[in-house]
Amino acid sequence: MSGATTDPRMTSRAAPKRGIELSWSDPRLRAIFWQIVIIGGIAGIIWYLVFNTMRNLEVRRIATGFGFLDNLAGIPIGEHLIDYDPAVHTYARAIWVGVLNTMKVSVVGIVLSTILGTLIGIARLSKNWLLARLAAIYVETIRDIPVLLQLFFWYAIVQALPAPRQALRPIEGVILSNRGIKLPLLEWQPAHSWALAAFVLGWIGTASWARMARRRQEATGIRPAVWPAGLALMLGFPLLVWAALGAPFMLEMPVLRGFNFVGGMTVTPEYGALTIGLVIYTAAYTAEIVRSGILAVPTGQWEAAGALGLHPWSVMRLIVLPQALRVIIPPMTSTYLSLAKNSSLAVAIGYQDVVSITGTILNQTGQAVEGIAVIMAVYLTISLSISLFMNWYNARIALVER
Amino acid sequence: MSGTSISPPSATREQPPILVAGPVAWLRNNLFNSWWSTAVTLALFYLVARGLIGFVDWGIIHAVWSVPADAKGQLDPQLCRDAKGVGACWAVIGDKWRFILFGRYPYDEQWRAAICIVLFIALFVVSAMRRFWRKELAYIWIATLVLIGVLMWGGVFGLEYVAQDTWGGLPMTLILATFGLALAFPLAVFVALGRRATTMPAVRWLCIVYVELIRGVPLISVLFMASVMFPLFMPVGLNPDKLLRAQLGIILFGAAYLAEVIRGGLQALPKGQYEAADALGLNYWQKMGQIILPQALRLVIPPMVNTFIGSFKDTSLVLIIGIFDLMTAGKVALAEPIWQGYSTEVYLVLALIYFIFCYSMSRYSRGLETEFSRSVRR
Repeated sequence: MSGATTDPRMTSRAAPKRGIELSWSDPRLRAIFWQIVIIGGIAGIIWYLVFNTMRNLEVRRIATGFGFLDNLAGIPIGEHLIDYDPAVHTYARAIWVGVLNTMKVSVVGIVLSTILGTLIGIARLSKNWLLARLAAIYVETIRDIPVLLQLFFWYAIVQALPAPRQALRPIEGVILSNRGIKLPLLEWQPAHSWALAAFVLGWIGTASWARMARRRQEATGIRPAVWPAGLALMLGFPLLVWAALGAPFMLEMPVLRGFNFVGGMTVTPEYGALTIGLVIYTAAYTAEIVRSGILAVPTGQWEAAGALGLHPWSVMRLIVLPQALRVIIPPMTSTYLSLAKNSSLAVAIGYQDVVSITGTILNQTGQAVEGIAVIMAVYLTISLSISLFMNWYNARIALVER
Repeated sequence: MSGTSISPPSATREQPPILVAGPVAWLRNNLFNSWWSTAVTLALFYLVARGLIGFVDWGIIHAVWSVPADAKGQLDPQLCRDAKGVGACWAVIGDKWRFILFGRYPYDEQWRAAICIVLFIALFVVSAMRRFWRKELAYIWIATLVLIGVLMWGGVFGLEYVAQDTWGGLPMTLILATFGLALAFPLAVFVALGRRATTMPAVRWLCIVYVELIRGVPLISVLFMASVMFPLFMPVGLNPDKLLRAQLGIILFGAAYLAEVIRGGLQALPKGQYEAADALGLNYWQKMGQIILPQALRLVIPPMVNTFIGSFKDTSLVLIIGIFDLMTAGKVALAEPIWQGYSTEVYLVLALIYFIFCYSMSRYSRGLETEFSRSVRR
């Protein structure tokens, strides 16, 4: 027993801090050695690729750096949320227009697919056999067909709509033609802004009323009704403000003039097809997530809530949904991320999102490295923002244990 | 006979009430159990019936199955034009099916591409059978993929050489997806192991950055990178083939997703397995190769099949960088002047092909999942 055991696990409970032995049998030294080898190898490969790239760029006389962003764009862009003119604005602004177009599709797509997917997921759990089967068929079919093919399909359908002169008019003011979907637009007047402000105030009022109601319920066991106050504050109050200001209501109707429509709001065929396609495709995934989330709540929870005499609607809202959401949120995050990424398929049907616009720029300038870097940076930012938001939301609703 | 007093079953055994068991009761319980349910059933029944009748009417009754050819062999699509809007024009499929399936592969050699499709399907079926889940499966894969390469390229055994840029259609989709997975797999295993290598923080971070970077961007951007940036990476004058670049992009993309799936399997394995392997004095590679990976990979076969389904569907994106896969073949077939405007028919057929592949794989993966969970739960 000379205490010469070399294995640190046998001699002491806390791992001793020893200097690294210069011996091949020291695992830490081996780890460091292999890391140096691997990182060195990869750095070598990267250096080789960069070296080749520099040589190639030189040979092809392609400029490097992001200086091109300040050049005049000259790319016509059909849809822009911000002011854009190819003769005046720069590449940087063109890319920004593309980013906004991507966001326009992603945000609308996320909202609509969540609604549709939730409905279908609940429908699949319905006691009505026909409804449940149809929802299941929807999910199975849509998930097994590439989203690109679905986009082409919807785009073909939108394009096959009649010409403006023979356009379909299902409801007054709504016009379906191969130039897109035309909707009436509300002529915005100050009274509407005031009504909107009144709505926000009413919303705040309702929220504080609900909080008060909860406190009262905790103190006395009796819950004052919230919905009459909510109705009065959020609907009645804005309507009253609007009526007091003369109740202006003018719709700007789209009208056929020559070969196209003027006035009203336009949903372009490209945007329409892309949004419809992405929503229908993503809703199939959302439906499965919602279904499995609801199924993950043990039956005992439903039964216990029923035994307490809760209304079925309250069982859903107070007992099942809060528990199901915990299961639903993490996979939902990745579904949202994939929707945002799938929106890049816009390039295939001619909607000018960031990939499409940057692709055009890349072809014009030949600056492939910078172009790809821009696309990747944009998507990484979007992905990261969605992840951060969903993680924050998840942390908020997560079960707090002791 | 021990004197039991059970009376013999009466000849007229009473039937359960009609409202409790039997088809009427089933209908009552599942379709008409409340006025609300009844309303939903009737509305849906009406819609489904209308949709089905409309589809049969369009797709079968009023459909044009073939169009006559004139003296020069030119097809005359007038019949289809007349039926536009009331009936489908399946003549476009009749005329173009070989082009859609095989692309521009030389017409007389298309039997080779057809054999390749059969080989791919056989490979999937063999891989699906649990009897073959052992090391030999890797050799089967290598042998089959080599055989497919020989058949597609030719140039040996008296087969005529077929240049790669004429390949297309379904074999191309299968090649991109299968080779993509087969080559992404070893990379994914290393990345998954690297991400869990706690003693090597630098390697771990490298793997994390790779996986998260790839998973954060859409496949299109990786394909764009493959098509415009890879040529810049190569030494001056060397320009790798377009298909090879796309394949590389798919491999890099698929490996990141596959690595996460495999990592899930590594994490799901009980810690005792790692400790036991250490206790036996195995070194790292022995431990991983003989104890951990065989168990972890078996565990993640269902999610790996799902990843494969995803990558099978995603290969359609190569259309955007101009690779001639099944989807591109369909689009190009539609570009022919006489068949413009019959996209619905072609898209339906493409959807059916993709659906058959994906649906059978997803059914298989789900069956496997239930089987696995049964053996775990017991």
